[in-house]
Amino acid sequence: MENLIALLIAAPLLGAAVLLCGGRRLDAVGHWIGTVLAAVSFVIGVVLFADLLGRSADDRTLTQHLWSWIPVEGFKADVAFQLDQLSMTFVLLITGVGSLIHLYSVGYMEHDERRRRFFGYLNLFLAAMLLLVLADNYLLLYVGWEGVGLASYLLIGFWQHKPSAATAAKKAFLVNRVGDMGLSIAVMLMFTTFGTFAFAPLLGTQEEPGIAGDASEGTLTGIALLLLLAACGKSAQVPLQSWLGDAMEGPTPVSALIHAATMVTAGVYLIVRSGAIFNAAPDAQLVVTVVGAVTLLFGAIVGCAKDDIKKALAGSTMSQIGYMVLAAGLGPIGYVWAIMHLVTHGFFKAGLFLGAGSVMHGMNDEVDMRRYGGLRKYMPITFVTFGLGYLAIIGFPGLSGFFSKDKIIEAAFAKGGTEGWILGGAALLGAAITAYYMTRVMLMTFFGEKRWQPDADGHEPHPHESPRSMTIPMIVLAFGSVFAGAFFTIGDRFLNWLEPVTGDDHGHSPLSATTVTLATMVVLVVGVAIAYGQYGRRPVPVVAPRGSMLTRAARRDLLQDDFNHVVLVRGGEHLTRSLVYVDHTLVDGVVNGTAASVGGLSGRMRRVQNGFVRSYAVSMFGGAAILIAATLLMRAV
Amino acid sequence: MSFPLLTATAVLPAIGAVATAAVPAAKRDAAKWLALLVSLATLVLAVVVLVRFDPDGARYQLTESHAWIKDFGVRYELGVDGIGAVLVALTALLIPFIVLAGWHDADPMETGSRRWRPTQGFFALILAVEAMVILSFEATDVFLFYIFFEAMLIPMYFLIGGFGDRAHEHGEEVASTQRSYAAVKFLLYNLVGGLIMLAAVIGLYVVAGNFSLQEIAEARANGSLDMATDTERWLFLGFFFAFAVKAPLWPLHTWLPNAMGEATAPVAVLITAVVDKVGTFAMLRFCLQLFPEASKWATPVILVLALISIIYGALLAVGQRDIKRLVAYASISHFGFIILGIFAMTSQGQSGATLYMVNHGISTAALMLVAGFLISRRGSRLIADYGGVQKVAPVLAGTFLIGGLATLSLPGLAPFVSEFLVLVGTFARYPAIGIIATFGIVLAALYTLVLYQRTMTGPVKTEVAKMPDLRARELVVVAPLVVLLIFLGVYPKPVTDIVNPAVQQTMSDVQKKDPQPEVEAAK
Amino acid sequence: MNPVNYLYLAALLFTIGATGVLIRRNAIVVFMCIELMLNACNLAFVAFSRMHGNLDGQIIAFFTMVVAAAEVVVGLAIIVSLFRTRHSASVDDASLMKL
Repeated sequence: MENLIALLIAAPLLGAAVLLCGGRRLDAVGHWIGTVLAAVSFVIGVVLFADLLGRSADDRTLTQHLWSWIPVEGFKADVAFQLDQLSMTFVLLITGVGSLIHLYSVGYMEHDERRRRFFGYLNLFLAAMLLLVLADNYLLLYVGWEGVGLASYLLIGFWQHKPSAATAAKKAFLVNRVGDMGLSIAVMLMFTTFGTFAFAPLLGTQEEPGIAGDASEGTLTGIALLLLLAACGKSAQVPLQSWLGDAMEGPTPVSALIHAATMVTAGVYLIVRSGAIFNAAPDAQLVVTVVGAVTLLFGAIVGCAKDDIKKALAGSTMSQIGYMVLAAGLGPIGYVWAIMHLVTHGFFKAGLFLGAGSVMHGMNDEVDMRRYGGLRKYMPITFVTFGLGYLAIIGFPGLSGFFSKDKIIEAAFAKGGTEGWILGGAALLGAAITAYYMTRVMLMTFFGEKRWQPDADGHEPHPHESPRSMTIPMIVLAFGSVFAGAFFTIGDRFLNWLEPVTGDDHGHSPLSATTVTLATMVVLVVGVAIAYGQYGRRPVPVVAPRGSMLTRAARRDLLQDDFNHVVLVRGGEHLTRSLVYVDHTLVDGVVNGTAASVGGLSGRMRRVQNGFVRSYAVSMFGGAAILIAATLLMRAV
Repeated sequence: MSFPLLTATAVLPAIGAVATAAVPAAKRDAAKWLALLVSLATLVLAVVVLVRFDPDGARYQLTESHAWIKDFGVRYELGVDGIGAVLVALTALLIPFIVLAGWHDADPMETGSRRWRPTQGFFALILAVEAMVILSFEATDVFLFYIFFEAMLIPMYFLIGGFGDRAHEHGEEVASTQRSYAAVKFLLYNLVGGLIMLAAVIGLYVVAGNFSLQEIAEARANGSLDMATDTERWLFLGFFFAFAVKAPLWPLHTWLPNAMGEATAPVAVLITAVVDKVGTFAMLRFCLQLFPEASKWATPVILVLALISIIYGALLAVGQRDIKRLVAYASISHFGFIILGIFAMTSQGQSGATLYMVNHGISTAALMLVAGFLISRRGSRLIADYGGVQKVAPVLAGTFLIGGLATLSLPGLAPFVSEFLVLVGTFARYPAIGIIATFGIVLAALYTLVLYQRTMTGPVKTEVAKMPDLRARELVVVAPLVVLLIFLGVYPKPVTDIVNPAVQQTMSDVQKKDPQPEVEAAK
Repeated sequence: MNPVNYLYLAALLFTIGATGVLIRRNAIVVFMCIELMLNACNLAFVAFSRMHGNLDGQIIAFFTMVVAAAEVVVGLAIIVSLFRTRHSASVDDASLMKL
């Protein structure tokens, strides 16, 4: 069984290699090769899952050692995999949602002449993401970590002829690199502290803790904060969140797979995986929860102001991952719920994005929601699946989001003390705003009057339902959005599954579970009602109104980009320009100056050679006279 | 007496150089094929050296020793340790690609042009450089090393000054002036460095009485040769200065952007991927072995200079408008990493630095040669003259991207392994320096991706609209390099296995031990 | 007669010759002045030979005469060919080699 783990990664990797090196002769079948290999990976995942289920709960860790990667004196990094319940959950999510989105892309990218390459990149992404979750040490995880960053870079910038896409891709990679720096320093710190960075000896298991606890709390806090920095970059958490909105420049399937369902949740995986380190560093955990709480509000507020349907959903993604990070920061109280929300979010957010893609597909790639309206009549399947995703994300009772989000809010209160109240309050407030902006998206897109106009070339959009290859994935994901939460929760299935890896703790909630659920319901209704009052009862203007200060700031991602631009971009430009000047004038100048002064001196000295025989004669006589005088003088003395 | 394998690796290209130069003017193509064959044969010999080298055997292997100038104790002594063997292989590996990439660089200009480019000379000079670089990796006699270290400047000077890009944005007149400026600057910098080293070489002879690296190092190690602290430091500085110019270390770096910018792309690769490696290699071999105490004494200053090189080179690369100068500044940043790894004096740092020399050679070759193909198509080195190349020449853009990704040390590609080893090795002893150096990886991403974005993406510029994709010859150059980058990124063990024992010996030379992990140390 | 007087005469002749070399422009005159200086030296050598009572000075004087004769041959040839090409015997005109 263990030997199958490598195949999980090998299948999409093979696909990427074949598709990217294959050349034009594969154009006709390339997308099917990619889709089939993704599906193969999913099937292998299911086989492994069945195998794990057949084992007892404490024997569900498979390992596979492939080869020794970097053997240097005192330093050991291997290419080896570890499959436990946590990785398994991710494997199923990644390959499952991934296969669906491959299928969806077959239809969505039908008219793109570079479709083969698109599937190559998608397969590359799958391979890297699987490597990330299957690695048995932090350095190999880092390979997957940057690998998904590369795939994300290639896919955001897939339409490279658009300068905005190329810029967005570069920005995503750079911001992620800042986070990666955190991960790489964290690995170094682990190495110098423990002499290893492999999961097994470092983190241990629930029964036998690893050596992580042996280090001082200060060191552990340092490692944990560095890991958090990495997570912030990959998961678009404040302050490294600015890339996610721009990343929507990529094709919509990419936004669904990478920038909603899987890659952006890698930060949550990292924190939960490193639970043993975070548990021993309470200060770092507090920072994690604060980052999560701030981001969940930040993303929600941004989501309220965006008229671009994908950017509104991107704000929402940021906010939902904020929930997960918040939960992960709570320690064993929250780990399971973070992952559960991650999985349900994977379903409904991917579904929402695919729905948005379907809408764009029918609307000549229009993304401005103010140009939509009344689409429910034209796209019934998209409407229903999007609607189910909508109900799931706002936490409508019985649907997935209800169960997972409720648990997180509960866990936040259970943190106890003032922190618990603040975090829980923030989570509740976030739930209200979520209900508001998602209702807004729903109303602006599918209800009201039609507001579309001919595009620049004079083509009137003819909204129509998408082909079956696109609707089937949407329907499957809608199923997941509806039932996953209930399925996981009944009989504590998800808790029992993950608990051996993450541990479990209930905390002491000052509020009963029922109170929390009721409060969630109340804020949900309030959020929906306000949105309905604003966007349902009166017509939506085609041109966005000026809006309040907050709205305008939120449209600009709460001015974070402006800050980055002024401080980092401009500052950096000035710095490099002045350094280029310094290099030319100062460093080079010193050398050139030396050369010039030697040259000048010799220029002056050569004037002595004036070519007149008699002046040479004078100097000869003078010299002889001086010599004689000197000789005589020496004699005399 | 066994077959002198090491001599053969150097004599073969030397004979090849003479033979290539002697090919009659009309048979230009014969000269090219001859040069290619000779370089491939040298590669075969270098592979034999690698295979015959036993990592667990004696420190220096395949040794040869003959008396040369008896009065001064100068001997013709060759031998390779793991580091030398790997670098000989790197040199022999890169030269065929350089020859192949520069296939048309020295063709005569179109009929009617007054300039005639001596094609034979171009390839002969490349082979001559190869012979001397290989000998300096193999020489275990300080004086012998010095001779080749200096002599390789002469062919390099002619390669930089005599052969430029086919087209130049300011016309041939300006190009020729800039070229000779760059060549003279290269020569002067390196001559000054070499001169100071000569003084130190003579000083070493006065103190030690002979030139044999092994004998002196042994005598230093067992205490029979005692140097006054001041003497050792001055001699160390003399050697180090020459190597720091060649490597090049900030602030002695300004010759490199000029030389790499004005030379053709293959020659630029020859400079940065092959010739400059002699500098870093010699730091590891001569500075640390001959002057361990002085090396430790100078470490703080050198580390800071290396750190400045890393950040400063990267920042300047961001600000460049010329593709080749950008790669040059990126190389300065990378040489900072190599020197950092050497002087961090940890196993990881030094193994990483050695690996870095190899990987940097391959990755820069890939990036620079593709950049050269790009430049030859458009006739301009300015980034602003390109745009949207990806659309018209996807394979060229793809390989350019892989070269760029290797330059920014993407995990999975070879440079990542070495860069991470250097960083972790540095961090283990000097955490603050390790952390600041890590900022280099963000800056590397910045300059690489900005370069890629400006040249390859965006709307297609009219001047590049008809640009052909990579031709078969160019693909033959790039594809093996890309494969090597991936292979050594996933499986660097063959190289580390050869390098590790040599690094352990160097570590024992300087009497340094790796820092223990905190947790174990506490126990 | 006191041989020292010969030395005075030699010094006088040498000074006249040197002054001539320095201030005259005509190459022939400069040349003659050089001869004058050489002969002043010869006179001094012979005087010293007499004063010290050995023959060293006289031998050196012979040498000087031989060198001077050779010098006259080469020097005059140069001056003549110079005059032919430039139609001037002025030493100041022949400054072609200056930078």
